[in-house]
Amino acid sequence: MEKFKTHRGKIALLDNANVDTDQIIAKQFLKSIKRTGFGEHLFHDWQYLEDGSPNPDFALNQPKFKNASILVARNNFGCGSSREHAVWAVQQAGYAGVIAPWKKAEDGSRIPAFADIFRNNSGKNGLLTIELSEEEVNQIFEAGNAASEGLEMTLDLENQKIILHAAEDTLTFAFEIDPAVKDRLIKGLDDIGITLEHESSITAFEKNHHPQL
Amino acid sequence: MSKTLFEKIWEKHTVKTLADGVTILYIDRHLIHEVTSPQAFEGLRLSGRKVRQPRLTYATMDHNVPTTDRFNIKDPVSKAQIDALSENCKEFGITLYDLNSDQQGIVHIIGPDLGLTLPGTTIVCGDSHTSTHGAFGALSFGIGTSEVEHVLATQCLPQKKAKTFKVEFTGIPKAPVSAKDLILKLIGEIGTAGATGYVLEYCGEAVRSLSMEGRMTMCNMSIEAGARAGLIAPDDITYEYIARIERPFAPKGADFEKALTYWKSLPTDEGAKYDRTLVIDASKVAPQVTWGTSPGMVTDVTSCIPAYDGVTGYSAKDVKQALDYMGLKPGTPVEDIKIDTVFIGSCTNGRIEDLRASAEVFKRGKVAKGVTALIVPGSQQVKKQAEAEGLDKIFIAAGCEWRESGCSMCLAMNPDQLKPGERAASTSNRNFEGRQGKGGRTHLVSPQMAAAAAIEGHFVDIRKWLS
Repeated sequence: MEKFKTHRGKIALLDNANVDTDQIIAKQFLKSIKRTGFGEHLFHDWQYLEDGSPNPDFALNQPKFKNASILVARNNFGCGSSREHAVWAVQQAGYAGVIAPWKKAEDGSRIPAFADIFRNNSGKNGLLTIELSEEEVNQIFEAGNAASEGLEMTLDLENQKIILHAAEDTLTFAFEIDPAVKDRLIKGLDDIGITLEHESSITAFEKNHHPQL
Repeated sequence: MSKTLFEKIWEKHTVKTLADGVTILYIDRHLIHEVTSPQAFEGLRLSGRKVRQPRLTYATMDHNVPTTDRFNIKDPVSKAQIDALSENCKEFGITLYDLNSDQQGIVHIIGPDLGLTLPGTTIVCGDSHTSTHGAFGALSFGIGTSEVEHVLATQCLPQKKAKTFKVEFTGIPKAPVSAKDLILKLIGEIGTAGATGYVLEYCGEAVRSLSMEGRMTMCNMSIEAGARAGLIAPDDITYEYIARIERPFAPKGADFEKALTYWKSLPTDEGAKYDRTLVIDASKVAPQVTWGTSPGMVTDVTSCIPAYDGVTGYSAKDVKQALDYMGLKPGTPVEDIKIDTVFIGSCTNGRIEDLRASAEVFKRGKVAKGVTALIVPGSQQVKKQAEAEGLDKIFIAAGCEWRESGCSMCLAMNPDQLKPGERAASTSNRNFEGRQGKGGRTHLVSPQMAAAAAIEGHFVDIRKWLS
C-alpha cells in the first residue's frame, strides 16, 4: 500500500445520501478476477446514458468536476455489499479521498458517515475516508456549488486537517481518525505483515482452541 | 462481571490485543465464493504466502450460477470466475462444493446445511450477508477481499471491538407476519445506517418463538441496518436444528454433549450492559413492503406511498429520486401496486421453511396472467428436501418456475434479471437501483407476501387474504 501523507486536488460534489455499493460499482463489473480496470465503471448506471454517452444530468459529469480527486458526498456512503471492488473503482477513477458527514439520529446517537465494510476496505487500500459534521459538509457543498471552476482542497492526514482553497476565503476543518488506521495509512503498512509478526501468538492460541466447538 | 453474548465470543477468540487497540481475532470458519476471492488468492501467490488453515476454509459457487442450465455457463466472464475458484481451491487444498456437489448452494445456506455454522464460533466470508450465521449465536460478518486474503494467510483478522445494540422484540407476531416483516420494520425505524458500528443482538419473546430459518432471515438483514453482525443467543431450537438431520460438520455423540456445555454458557448474562437498546412490539407489526431504493424505505402493506417530505431519515430529494426510479407517486395505496415478476429465494428467504410457507399460499391459487414467478431453492439440499415434500409440484401446478440453487435474481450476476421497468415482489434483501437488473424495480417482502402478490398480480394484505 502506498503511504498517505497529504493530498491536494480538485473536489467533486455528489449530493446523494446512502450511496450504495451497487451504484458505486454495478454487479456486471464484479466478474473480473483482477484488481484493476474498475475506474471507468464507477457509478456506471448514473454516469452513462443507454447509448453509452455521458449522462449530462449526473453531478460528477459537470465540467468543473473533471479530473477531481476528492469526492464529497452525503451520509452513509458505501452502504450495501462487502465488495472491495467499490473501493478499487473509486481509487482507480482517480480519487484519493472521500468526505461525508456523520449525522445525528433522532435518539441523539451518532450515525457514522461511511458504511462499516466500505470504510474498512478503504483503509486496506489507502483510500482516505474523512468524516465531518453535516454543517461542515454543507459549507463545502455551498462553496463548491457557488464556484464556477472546480475548487481545490488539501487533505492533510498527518495534522488531521482539511483546507478548502475557495477564491474568497480558505476554509479549514479538523477531522478525527482512528489512530491505528492513521498510522497504517501514513506508513503504508501491509496489514497481513503486521498480523504475521504475531505468528507465535497465533500458533500458541491454536494449540488450546477448538474451532469445532 | 456480566457479559453479553458478543463479548463472550470476542474474548474466546482474542489471540492478542495490540497497543493501538486492535485485536487479532481468530476465525473458526472462512467461507468463500467465486466473486470476492480471486484477487485474494492472487495476492497470496504474489507474496508467496500459503493458506494457513485449509481445513477451516470452505468454498462454493453461487453468485454467477445459472439456475436453469447450470452446467452451461454462457457468459465467458462468469465462467472464468467459476473456473478460477475451482483452480484456486485445488491449488491451495480447500474443500469446494461445486456445481457437481449435492451440497452446492448459496454460501450462507450451505454453512448451516452442513453443520459448519455453530454457536460460539467466528465465521467470516467475503459477502455482507455473512451476518446470517449470527442466528446460531456465531459471531459472523462480511469482509472485503483484502480481508479474505488476510484470513487465508493468517486465519485471523485485526479488528476493533464493535459496540453492542440490543433489539428486543416483545410480544408474538400475529401469523402470517414473519421474521422478514420484523427485520424490515426495524430497518424502517432506525434506517440503513442506524446500527453502523454496532453488533446487533436480537432478543425477546418474538425472537424466541422464531424457527432457525426465521432467525436466519432476521440476522441476514442486519447489514441492511448498517450492522456488520447480528446475533441471537442459542437455545433448544438451535440445538434441535443442529441435531435434526445428518450435518457432516456438526459434533456428534460425546462431542455434541461437550459442545452443548459451551453453547449453554453463551447467552448474555443477567445485568450485562449494551451500548444501545431498542424495544419493538412485534405483536403490532404488519406485513411490510419496501417502496423505494433503500431497505429503510418501507411501510405497512395497508399504507400508501409517502409524501416526498414525509419520510424520517431521508431527504425529500432522495425520496423523490427513489420514487421517480420506482415509477410511483405519493399517495398511491401499496395494495394498488401491480407487479410482473416474483422472486422467492436468496440467502434471506431461500430456506425450506420459506418454500413451505410460499407453497401453502400457492395451494390457493395460480400465478396471475402476465406474472412470472421464480422459485429458487437456496441450496441443493433445500431443493432435495422440497422435492421430497412435493413442494415443487405445488409450485409448478400454480404456474411458477422451479429452479436450481444459487443467488439468482437477488443480485442479477447470472441470467436471472429484471428488464428495465419490470417490477418485482422479491424475498431478497436489497432494493437498490438496478440491483435485480438495470432499470428493474424491487419491492422487498416476505415469501407469503410475494406468493400472494404472484397470484393477485398486485400486493395484498396476506393477513386478510388468507382468512
